[in-house]
Amino acid sequence: MMEKMIFGRFIPGNSIIHQMDPRAKISFVFVFIAIVFIANSAVTYGILLGFTLLVVFLSKIRLYFLINGLKPVFILLIFTFFLHIFFTREGDLLLDIGFIEIYEEGLRQGIFISVRFLVLVFITSILTLTTSPISITDGIEVLLGPFKRVKLPVHELALMMSISLRFIPTLMDETGKILKAQMARGSDIGSGPMKERIKAVVPLLIPLFVSAFKRAEDLATAMEVRGYRGGEGRTRYRQLDWRFVDSLSLLVLAGLAGMLWYFRV
Amino acid sequence: MDILLQEVGYSYAKDTPFEKRALTDVSLHIPSGSYTAIIGHTGSGKSTVLQHLNALLKPTEGSVMIGERKIEAGVKAKNLRDVRRQVGIVFQFPEQQLFDETVLKDIMFGPMNYGVPEEEASRRAHELVEQLGLPPEVLTKSPFDLSGGQMRRVAIAGVLAMEPDVLVLDEPTAGLDPRGRREIMDLFHRLHIQKGLTTVLVTHSMEDAARYADRVAIMHNGHCVVTGEPEEIFSNEEQLGDYRLEPPRTIRLQRKFEAKAGIKLGAISLTEEALAKNIALALLEGRDSE
Repeated sequence: MMEKMIFGRFIPGNSIIHQMDPRAKISFVFVFIAIVFIANSAVTYGILLGFTLLVVFLSKIRLYFLINGLKPVFILLIFTFFLHIFFTREGDLLLDIGFIEIYEEGLRQGIFISVRFLVLVFITSILTLTTSPISITDGIEVLLGPFKRVKLPVHELALMMSISLRFIPTLMDETGKILKAQMARGSDIGSGPMKERIKAVVPLLIPLFVSAFKRAEDLATAMEVRGYRGGEGRTRYRQLDWRFVDSLSLLVLAGLAGMLWYFRV
Repeated sequence: MDILLQEVGYSYAKDTPFEKRALTDVSLHIPSGSYTAIIGHTGSGKSTVLQHLNALLKPTEGSVMIGERKIEAGVKAKNLRDVRRQVGIVFQFPEQQLFDETVLKDIMFGPMNYGVPEEEASRRAHELVEQLGLPPEVLTKSPFDLSGGQMRRVAIAGVLAMEPDVLVLDEPTAGLDPRGRREIMDLFHRLHIQKGLTTVLVTHSMEDAARYADRVAIMHNGHCVVTGEPEEIFSNEEQLGDYRLEPPRTIRLQRKFEAKAGIKLGAISLTEEALAKNIALALLEGRDSE
């Protein structure tokens, strides 16, 4: 179960998307998130979906893997879909079975919101799947650079981010290990009645917290020992390299925005 | 209880880009009442085999027979509680699984999950704490207030309290001081004999394998390459070298002694005691013949 989760994972590769500059990718994602809200009709949502699939294709990450890894997200998606279907009361009545009434507008909204959600999740996942946590942090640090003037601790924020991203897989592995150890002691979170499953959470979470705190302490010590003193005057080993593809990707995005605006109802 | 692995194959994260093959065509028979050591170089698949022994991992190919229960690749296995009660696993660094308020409650956690009544579970906890050489006061303490070595013992007690028929040990003494190692390994061996347990020891330590096991299996690159008695496995230095393993210290010393003294000892020495005895015998014989 754990090994299929893909949040915060990075799959090394050398597709065009992998080779893009992290600054370009991060800006791309943020602008894209804004652009998504331009869409308001079947055509525009269709364009968004098509564009997203194109990006997935270019990243050479198998769609099946992506969908499989985002299963937990789909539960949320289905939930919101049904919320919209049941609670929107506009447009023509499509279906009426006693206590459930489904309206045209509800169905429309449900589908649109789901597509919007899906597109956002896909694009952001592609960002983390194709960019190593270190490059993401480097990118964010540079992009937030201007805010240093207003005393925003940019370097520290970037560091915190990279540490959390770095430790997601580690904590996942650890969860798996503790889960197995407790399963061997007869406490199984994956089966049995709901009450038993909830009870099985405690033996899992406590050891996990204990080890997470221990890890944090060890990490702090290790950084201290190596003379870490924050971002002041720190030079970079990895240099970022803005290339033609990066400019092109932002141009494409502008084109997409224009198209969405044009087809908007 | 017999455990039989038949042509078992296992891949981690199957059908994802992270897929990684860990086992290929592993066949291994662990007879009831035996003490089997599984040895192998780092990354040879030892720990993966171990997790098949109580169905924490299900084979992606082949099948595993645990007692009467058959777990087959591609077949959904339900209700594995019985299997897991009968096969207890002491994982590497088992102190990571401690969680309860007191040591007593933590040790009772396993047996009570399997429906052992509270008094009985508590009785076992008291008994085990004594057997493991811990002072009885620890029972009321929080497991997180104990020293590393004590935590290890408490965690081991937590597994033993389930009174499994098969005890699987994954490097149970890693990170302990030499005396603690010896005490814990001796305890496992005593339990093995007293309770007629079937014991499986996964270890890096050739010395432990030589001293305690009556059967040895070598894992290499996800294959189970050799199984046999410790005498034959450890006397074949060439074969051990092929799998990047070294014979135990006692045998290395025996070989050096033989080369220096120009005498061949009568038997292979799996323990320090045996080595001392073999050398003494050889020396006596040498004096008699003079």
